[in-house]
This record gives sequence, structure tokens and C-alpha cells, in this order.
Amino acid sequence: MKFLYYPGCTLKNKAKDLDIYARESALKLGFELIEVDEFQCCGGVFTTANDEIATKLASVRALKAAKAAGVPLVTVCSACHNVIKQTNYAMKNDAEFADKVNRYINDGDDYHGEAEVYHYLEVLRDIIGFDKIKEKCNGALKGKKIGAYYGCLLLRPSSVMGFDDPENPRIIEDMIKAAGAAPVIYGERNECCGGYAALEEPALVKKRCGIIDESAKAAGAEALVTACPLCRYNLVKNGANVPVLYFTELLHKALSEEI
Amino acid sequence: MQQRIGVFVCHCGTNIAATVDVSAVAAALGREPGVVFARDYQYMCSQAGQDMIKDAIKEYKLTGIVVCSCSPRMHEATFRKTAAAAGINPYMVEIANIREQCSWIHKDKDEGTEKAIILGRAAIAKVCLNVPLTAGEIPVTKRALVIGGGIAGIQTALDIADAGFEVDIVEKKPTIGGKMAQLDKTFPTLDCAACILTPKMVDAGQNEKIHIYSYSEVVSVGGFVGNFTVQIKKKARYVDETKCTGCGLCTEKCPVKNVPNEFNLGMDTRHAVYIPFAQAVPKVATIDPNYCLMLKNGKCGLCSKLCGAGAINYKQEDEIIENKYGAIVAATGYNPISMDKFDEFAYSQSKDVITSLEFERLMNAAGPTGGVLLRPSDNEHPKTIVFVQCVGSRCSADAGKGKEYCSKICCMYTAKHAMLTREKYPDTDVYVFYIDVRTPGKNFDEFYRRAAEQYGVHYIKGMVGKVSPEGKKLKVRGSDLIADKQLHIDADLVVLAAAIEPDKTARPLATMLTASMDTNDFFTEAHPKLRPVESPTAGVFLSGCCQGPKDIPETVAQAGAAASKVIGLLCHDKLTANPCVAHSDEWMCNGCSSCENVCPYHAITYVEKEFRMPDRTTKIRRVASVNPAVCQGCGACTVACPSGAMDLFGFSGKQISAEVDAICR
Amino acid sequence: MKSKNELLRENIIRTSGADVKKCMKCGKCSGTCPSYDEMEYHPHQFVYMVETGDIEPLLNSESLYKCLTCFACVDRCPRGVQPAKVVEAVRLAAIRQQGKNRLTPDGVEKYLDDEIPQQAIVSAFRKYTK
Repeated sequence: MKFLYYPGCTLKNKAKDLDIYARESALKLGFELIEVDEFQCCGGVFTTANDEIATKLASVRALKAAKAAGVPLVTVCSACHNVIKQTNYAMKNDAEFADKVNRYINDGDDYHGEAEVYHYLEVLRDIIGFDKIKEKCNGALKGKKIGAYYGCLLLRPSSVMGFDDPENPRIIEDMIKAAGAAPVIYGERNECCGGYAALEEPALVKKRCGIIDESAKAAGAEALVTACPLCRYNLVKNGANVPVLYFTELLHKALSEEI
Repeated sequence: MQQRIGVFVCHCGTNIAATVDVSAVAAALGREPGVVFARDYQYMCSQAGQDMIKDAIKEYKLTGIVVCSCSPRMHEATFRKTAAAAGINPYMVEIANIREQCSWIHKDKDEGTEKAIILGRAAIAKVCLNVPLTAGEIPVTKRALVIGGGIAGIQTALDIADAGFEVDIVEKKPTIGGKMAQLDKTFPTLDCAACILTPKMVDAGQNEKIHIYSYSEVVSVGGFVGNFTVQIKKKARYVDETKCTGCGLCTEKCPVKNVPNEFNLGMDTRHAVYIPFAQAVPKVATIDPNYCLMLKNGKCGLCSKLCGAGAINYKQEDEIIENKYGAIVAATGYNPISMDKFDEFAYSQSKDVITSLEFERLMNAAGPTGGVLLRPSDNEHPKTIVFVQCVGSRCSADAGKGKEYCSKICCMYTAKHAMLTREKYPDTDVYVFYIDVRTPGKNFDEFYRRAAEQYGVHYIKGMVGKVSPEGKKLKVRGSDLIADKQLHIDADLVVLAAAIEPDKTARPLATMLTASMDTNDFFTEAHPKLRPVESPTAGVFLSGCCQGPKDIPETVAQAGAAASKVIGLLCHDKLTANPCVAHSDEWMCNGCSSCENVCPYHAITYVEKEFRMPDRTTKIRRVASVNPAVCQGCGACTVACPSGAMDLFGFSGKQISAEVDAICR
Repeated sequence: MKSKNELLRENIIRTSGADVKKCMKCGKCSGTCPSYDEMEYHPHQFVYMVETGDIEPLLNSESLYKCLTCFACVDRCPRGVQPAKVVEAVRLAAIRQQGKNRLTPDGVEKYLDDEIPQQAIVSAFRKYTK
């Protein structure tokens, strides 16, 4: 089983673990991620203004590549997923916007949201199946109490992302369970870490991360997993009480032969 | 005979005259062929207006009249009576609606005038082809059916029975009482709900004119006003109602004890054989087949051994009963909406986030905590309680969740809950987050103010944005718009005022009754102001929350109003039928059954009939036959008929074509 | 002729795609906002001030740069108003003006450390710079 894969810029640099473990785990689970040729940075955030065209072109190009290849486009980074999914939604549902984009790209193959976009977790849930994953896991994580940190980008806007129940998600918890560990539910798992405000507003981000960390700790989490490099950076930098891992690292640990 | 038509153009004060040049309309229509008299007048429906019509009919020997005025739903009956009084057949009257369909929707007077003339012309073209019709009579079955046994249904049934008519209540649950039986106290007087409801339940149970079908459902409705045929399914309760004494021994000894108790909204458990609550009517046990060991795998039988009356019958089956009724009252009530789409309030994540109905049970002496306010997670006294109003009410369709309407009762019951909490537990901090406090009702605002002023309830203008369960606390984040602050409250209990919606059984029932509903599945009224307790379907009446959110006093008032409408119907021996019904030309009918298939009233049957053919042979042909007593004149069959055999008295194909021609002329 | 303010208001409503008139003033957006305490004008005030055309104070407010675009207000709004999109449209109206770039390539260096992911830098540029 092959998918087109959009790693995004961070996964080639500061978040290499997120990328490497995603690819390796995929192979162990029987699917392959084929990188989009010469992909460009998605821009990190989706500009909601509907008169912004240029900032969304990189996403459209990746989507067009998936359409041409006839396979779904898979993302791993929460930010890329949010931007590409929202762009695809706009291309499908906002005719005026799609028309402007198509006329700008003007390569004779108009795009109207035909490609399917999956986050890696959605591939695990909807295509592979967590029960199948469970069979392949080694049990090394048994008894580990792990909290899922969703942040905002995977879940919202929920009407577009359609990822999970935005207020009580379970997909990462289900993955944690499949990996053999014990998921810990805590109140702030779907609240923002402060995101890009890390640059200009470190105090705001520190406060946000403190609240999330406290909430996870109070619920008994021994580690947190996330799909977002920026969430991980913010939590770690602001002195999280528990280690923060990428979800692919956890999956890889559970799938590896040596315990 | 050449028709002599009179045209009467109404000003309706300025309602019509402001946007339609009424004298120009009268003048133009006066020149139409067949019209011998045309006049405008300020209020055609007034006594003077009607006298003018009567005088003109006599003086000009009119054979038919056209009244250009408001909707026929307002005054068609008025003008038919006027015509009849002046000696012409009442069905020789046509209304051109130049108010709702013209003056009220146009701003430009020239346009309005032109359209009014066109509408008038169409009516003239039609009335020229009208034929006198005579209305027949239909008998009335002097028995009413009330569907739903909550306070609305009970009150309606009691009032109908008081007038001397037989009335049946069909209730899907094992007991009547509905939501009111689950409430603790009632606003604004704070009398105990059970204390004022249970005497009515007992009255209904003992009244010899009232028969209660509990644990039963309506499965089909046929017939029409005065003559409904209804099938009621009595679900097997595995207990013989005529033998069970309600002693309750079986409900105590049954070994299956872990069944979620729906009367307490799942906050405690009951046995597999149960009586929902002490004052149930009928006080008869019911066996839950999903949990009973005997019914599931044939092992146990304890209740049967214990029952001194020999009432247990594991072999009991569902039973269909068919009854005839003259009138039907829908009283199917409401439910709080699911909180699934509002999980920012963490209803599914914490036992200590509850709905207001669950709070009623927690405060009720017969509830899961014996009336002591304990939070569900650990049975401790909550010291800080946050009430959130408008959860799922007043949502825009764009939000993709919730209801667009105001649920109406939440402001008052929340004030009640807050007040009762502070009265019983003065050391408890009570916060109410509100968007608006809506208290239009007698002594309602005074009640709400008392909660704030005398009982020290903290009313906060704003909305809760998020509830996070954190250890034993619920972290509540919300806005205080007056202080321009974001509040953070560590609460022990959060109570959500969930929007209310019609019971799920209402939609299929409406289909069976051919009664109309709005997009929210509330039954619609025949007229929102002037006929609020009647459905547009004749003989079907509305009581309680199935028509829209309402509190107990309003429900009881509406229940009485519905009952009086039913009594008004049942006290007639015969009803005047609508003569504008379908009829089939047997020579044109090709026997295809299209009409029979589309008829929503089952008024059309097919008969084998002997015909003498032009070649003098006889032939048996299958032809449509309309029962004029059942036909409601909807016209679906006339459209479905491929051979043009089906036609409607008063709305014939020729008449409609003439109207269209007149409009397009 | 429409006033400058009126044009600005129309522009913000158009680019945000949000219908500010739908707001029923419940304050849920501000009740859920993670940046509330850092903001001078809060999400419900953005919506209201755009509705009434009182936009100038918003254009000059630091609050524009405190919104995290976390969409909590968008998801939780019972009226489908989408406050975050209103904030973004006002921010764009501000930074699209000449010389109003909040962040410059020269100025960004002081914020960086060895660990900061590229995502943070591109996101900040997209939010703060035209």
C-alpha cells in the first residue's frame, strides 16, 4: 500500500524523529510513504482570509500531485495537515477561490479538491485499524501512563478537519492503547499551547504550557505524545514535568523487535 | 345560464389600500365579461360590507361573487355565509387574495394594483365555471384519543371526561405522569410537582370515562375527523394488569438489580421487574425483557412464584387493539437534547456535569440520593455549583449543532434550582451564567430577582467556554461580560440547561395523522394566533410541548383549550362535510391505481363494475371509486391520474385552466 | 461616497467571510479564549466593534498579535460567527498597510534558539508580515 507523503519543512530539520519513525513504522505496518517531489513549505498556518491566494499555492501543488498520482496525500505534522486540509476544503467548496487559484497556476489541469487528505493517525485508524496495530506491538509499553496532547491544529475548525470529536477526541488515546500503554485523559489536551506566539510572546506561551503540563501531571501522565513539532518545542522549552514525544516515536517503540 | 358576477374589493383599512389602488381595481374588474357589479369598500367583512354584498346579490340578481380581500383562510367562510343568506349557493363565492399575496409583499403601488387586477380576473374566470355544491353530513364517533400521558395529556383527558365523553390515553411508558413526575418543585410557587400532579394521575386512573393504555403505542391511524380508526399496540409487560395489585413484592425480590433506572435518568438502578415510582398509574409491575433472566434464557421465574395474585405471565405477547375515535389529541411532549455535540462542557467526561433534569432528580426526595444534594462521582456535597444556561438553545443553523429556538423554560427552572440550593445549603456558592434572563410570566421576574437578591445567587452575564475535569474539581472557564473579565471557577458540580426538543415519536405520529410539523419537529397549528391548539388536519388537536416549548401553567392552559375544542367537536351528532372532493369519470378511468397509490387519506378504492359498452355488450371494468366522506380534497389524485378521469369539485381542471388563462391574458 | 471606515468594515467582513450580525453577545468566545488575559480587546469585542464600525482602535491594538488562531472560539460559538476569522481580517487590514510589517527577516534573529522548529518561524511570518 502506497501513499503520497507530505513531510513539510520542519520534519526535514528540527523534527526529524517525527518523520523517520513515521516512515519506519509505516513499513512495519505494511504501507509506504512516497515523498512529494520538490514539495514546498505549507506556510505553517492557514490564512483564513478568503482573498489570500499566494499563501495557499504550495498546498494546492501538493494536492494536485496526489490527484495526479491517484493516491491519498498523507501528512504527519499537525500544522501541515491543518493547512493542507483547510486549503483542500476551500478548493472544493469555495468556487471563487478555486477559480482564482486555478487561473494563477494555469497548467491545464484545474483542481477542485479531488485529492483525499489523511493525517497519519487517520491512516492508522481508518485504513490499517488499531486492532491490527495492537497485534504487531511488542508490549514494551505495558503500564506506561501516556497523555495525548492534541493541541488545536488537528481538531479545529472541526467542520473542516473532521478529524475526531473536537471536545473529546480519542484517536491518539486509541493509538496509545494499541501500542500497549495506558492513555491518560486530561482536561487541557485540546487547548492551545501558544503556537507561533513562541517568538514574540514567550510569557503567554509559558503560561499556556504551564496550564497544559499541570493538567497532564495532575491526571498522572508519565509522558505526553503530540503530532506537532511546535507544540513539542513549546512544552519542552517551558519546562514540562514529563517527557514530550512524537506519537510516531511511541508507535515505533511499540513496533520495534528489540524490547 | 349566463353568469352574473359581482366583484367586491376590500380596502382592509390601509392594509390593502396603501399599496393597491382599490378603486382602479374595482373599475378594471367591472369591465370583465360576466361582471355586472363591481365596488370597493373599506372593510368588506364588516356588517356594512356584508350588507352591501347581500343587497347587490338581490338587486343585481348575481349568480356568483368575487371578493378581493385577505386570505380565504381568514374570511372565506364569512363571505360564503353572506352569500347563502342572500340566497345563492355558498360555493359560488371566490376569494382573490390581494392582501397576503399582493399588498403585503409589494411596495410599488402601480405593481400592486396591476397584480390585484390580475388576481381578481383569475377569480372571476374561475367563479364563472363554479357550480353550486351541497355539503353532505358525516357522523361523529363520540370518543377521543389522547396520545401521551404527561401533564398535557392527563389534563386534556380529564377535561374531556368531565364533559361526559369517553377518552383514551395512550402512553408509551409503563405509567402516566411524564416529565412533571420527575420534577422536584415547580416555579414560581415552589409547590412540589408530585403533590399537584399525582392527584390528577389518580383522577385519570379512576375516572370511569378515561381508559389508560400504558406501555402502549399508536401504530396506525386511518379515517378522518369524527371517524378515525386507530390501532394501538399494547406492548407485552409480562404482567396481567387486571390481576396485579401493585404490591411491589416482585420488584423487591427480583435478582436482577443492575438495570439503569430511566426514571432517575440512569443515576441509580432498578430491578428487571419494576414499577417506575411509588405513585405510578396504573400501579402495575412491568418486566423488562432486555434484563429478565426468565425471558432471556428461561432461568429464574422467581417473581412468578412470589406473586400471590398470579399476575406474572412470561408468555404474554404484544396485542393490537383497534378503536374508533372522533378526535385525536397529540400530547407527545419533549426531551432534553443530547449533549454529545457540546462536550466543551464535558458532560460525557465527568459524572459531575449533569443536565437540569438530572439535577431535579438529585434534589427530589424520591430521587437517587433521597433528596440530599450529593454529586454523582463521590457522593460529596458540592460546595460550588455552576449553572450554564442556553446549552444548545438559540444556536444558529451555521453552528451545525443545537436548536435555533429559545427553550423558554430554562431561565425559570435554573432560578429555581439556584434558589433551592441556596436555601437548603447556604454554604454553597452558586453561579448562573446567562446570556439573557427571560422571565415573561406572572410572578416570574419577581421569582428570578428573589434568587439574585434574597438568596445571593451570583448571576453572571456571559457564557461558559470550557469545562475541564481536573481531579475532583471541574475547572470552569467563562466570560463575565459586565466586568470584562474571564472567570475561572473551580466547581464541584456543573449543571447544563439543555435545550428541549420534541419527543422522537412525534415525527412518525405526525405522518400517521397527516398533521404538519415545522423544521424542528414541533407540530404546527392551524393558525399561530387564532387557532393555536388545532392542527391544520381536521379533528387533530395539540396539547403541551409537542407544539412548542412551554412551562406547566401554559401546558395546562393549552391542554384545557385542546379539550374544549375536542368537546366542541364531539358534542355534534353530525359534521358538515367538505363538498370540494374528488370524483372520477368512470368511463375515462383506465383502472391504473395511480390515484389510489397517492391518496394520503385512503379515500380511493377500486371496484369491479359492469358497464354496458357502445357495441351493446357488457364488460366488467375495474374503476376508481372515491369515498367523499374520507376525501379531504387535496387534489393529489387529479394530478396523478394519467387519463384525466379524476377531477375535484370546486377546483376542476377546467377552472384551474381558466384561472391560468386569465392570469396569462 | 462611503467613508474610509465604512470601506474598512466592508473589507473586513468580506475577507473574513464572517457574519458579525449573527452574534447574540453571549461572550462564549471570550469565555474560552486562551489569550484572554493578554488582550486589550477580547474576541467578542472584535466582533462587536467590527459590527458597529469602531475599527480604528482594533487596528492599533496589540491584541491583534495575541490571538493564537486556535479556533476554540470558532468551534464553540453557538452562532457560527467565527471570531478568529474576524481577528485575522483586522490583523491583515493592519499589516497590509505600507511599513506595518510586524516582523522582518533582520529582526527575527533575536527570537531564535537552536531548537526552535522552522514551523514557528514561517507561521510567525505568515501571521505578522505581509
